[in-house]
Amino acid sequence: MRTPLFVLIWAIVGLALYLVFEIFGNDYLFFAGYIVLQYIVLATAWNILGGYCGYVNFGSAGFFALGAYSGVFLYTVGQGVDDFGTEGFGALMHLIFPVPVPIIIVIGGIVAGLVGLGTGYLTLRLRGVFFAIATLALAVVLETLVVNWSYVGGSRGAYIIPPSEIPIFGPYVQFLFALMIVLVIVALTSARLIERSRLGYGFATIRDDELAAEACGVPTLRLKLIATTISGALMGMAGAPFPFYIGYVEPASAFNLSYAVNAIAMPMIGGTTSWIGPLVGAVLLGSLQQLATVTISSAANLLIVGLLLIAFVIVAPNGIVGLVQGWWRKRSANTPTKTSTTSSAKPSTTSGEAKP
Amino acid sequence: MELELLLNALVAGLLLGGFYAAVTLGISVSFGILDIVNIAHPAFIILGSYVAYIISSKFGIDPIVVAIVMLPFFYALGSAIYQIYYVSFERRGQEALRGLAFFFGLLFVTEVLLILVFGVDYRYVEAVYIGPTLHLGILEFPLRMLVPALVSIAMFCCLQLYLSKTFTGRAIMAVSQDPLALRLMAVDPTRIKRVAFSISIATAALAGAFLIIIQPVVPSVGRDYIGIIFAICVLGGLGSLPGTLIAALLLGIIESLTSIYIGPSWAPAVAFGVLLLTLAVRPSGLLGR
Repeated sequence: MRTPLFVLIWAIVGLALYLVFEIFGNDYLFFAGYIVLQYIVLATAWNILGGYCGYVNFGSAGFFALGAYSGVFLYTVGQGVDDFGTEGFGALMHLIFPVPVPIIIVIGGIVAGLVGLGTGYLTLRLRGVFFAIATLALAVVLETLVVNWSYVGGSRGAYIIPPSEIPIFGPYVQFLFALMIVLVIVALTSARLIERSRLGYGFATIRDDELAAEACGVPTLRLKLIATTISGALMGMAGAPFPFYIGYVEPASAFNLSYAVNAIAMPMIGGTTSWIGPLVGAVLLGSLQQLATVTISSAANLLIVGLLLIAFVIVAPNGIVGLVQGWWRKRSANTPTKTSTTSSAKPSTTSGEAKP
Repeated sequence: MELELLLNALVAGLLLGGFYAAVTLGISVSFGILDIVNIAHPAFIILGSYVAYIISSKFGIDPIVVAIVMLPFFYALGSAIYQIYYVSFERRGQEALRGLAFFFGLLFVTEVLLILVFGVDYRYVEAVYIGPTLHLGILEFPLRMLVPALVSIAMFCCLQLYLSKTFTGRAIMAVSQDPLALRLMAVDPTRIKRVAFSISIATAALAGAFLIIIQPVVPSVGRDYIGIIFAICVLGGLGSLPGTLIAALLLGIIESLTSIYIGPSWAPAVAFGVLLLTLAVRPSGLLGR
């Protein structure tokens, strides 16, 4: 499948989803759906570094919060823009602010991407585990910085008051939902593009045997830095609209460990080798959590995620996609005559890496 | 006055460093010597805190005594975890990515379980040495810091002696360097690794008791220590216990000075700064191989 067609199909799916939700006429669906979409972006972003390169990022919450706090910062500047007056510099500021959310998303992505690049540059030259530990600590440090930075609310948190209605979309959350759909398409498309390009093959060599790759002339450090930057940027983009969605951001919620856990658990449960894995994992786990939060409790749903993560890494190391592929292969081995008809009828939904 | 403040900050830092030494000891064995990146270690420390809390508040026993009694149980827990880890990851050669995810899941599950059982209230213990302060001239030694620091350093010395003098201890030091040579000496590397990993988890029982003596504990507090323990472990040099002790004291002092002269809310950033600096300048650490 060519990339434009891929994008088109997902755009249609996204539009259909939006319309179905719209027709149901229920704001809650948009609220819950937003979170699931956000997790799809986070999981896909994590997988670009973790699944393709084999480098574990524990600091997803940090990158996510970087995006969120870029949004808070730009919003706060926009609130105080009248202090600059109306002439000269003030007029310029009035022209720029308030920054529209799509641009905030891009800025959040750039900020998080740069931080990813910096962290990667300092730690990726060493063994992979140092990078993992550094990302873990990175989240703590960023949280400390935000707690001490009163301009963006410090430990009190910051209130963001989005407009309640917006033209075309109606309620603001529907606008954010639509933005998230676009982000999901961007994330999935980039993951799929990477997977099939020279970049993706380079990443795979790093994952399988970094030493051999280095010896064959693969520029491993540069590739790893590219992966860290893309992955961090996507996480930041997922976080940037979050303040406008939730209305109130404080460090403990923006840096919540559950983002880090979900970003790891979703690809691991879905399957890390292709772009389908994080998507499947995020949709399943994300919906399950929304359900469990409503029906059981929010602490219990995190327990479910943790237990599923442990169970899957022990029992099914290749995730759901791996299980389905294994099952498919076994089936086609048992009934070699039937496969040609069944596989041509339903191609490339389970095995995303169908040869182009 | 200025000098007095500085001296007391140094003393407080040393005492804090003694406590950090206990917290890091387990990681120094499992990560430094065995190459098992047990990021769930802080969760086991918190588990130790809660065990100390339950038994100590129910029967009025001293938390450190409780921890010493609990050592075999934590040792058994460590054995069980290593067995799962070995069978599922190490034997298949998948420890890098999935092993890390496994421990991360373990960290998370332990924390959430503790939250579900005990809630998010702060828990603390009672003991005679919590409260009074020892005065030596202008220096002040709060006993709640002094006792854990001393016991911790004693534990450190015991383990160092064990590793350098006994056969099993030397085998532990050797296992990460050359498992094959160990096998030729008729020692099972897996058994040695299991023993070492169990010891590392057992230290969490004591570290947990120290933690709850020093400060009230909630389940999520363990995460704050992840950065600190890995920073100390890397700064000291992987696999070097004396290096770990020096690094722990050093980090304690830096953190104490930071919180006095810059502000306590900046203290968590110190560990990360040290970690990044070490990785960038001297990745092998102070006393690294």
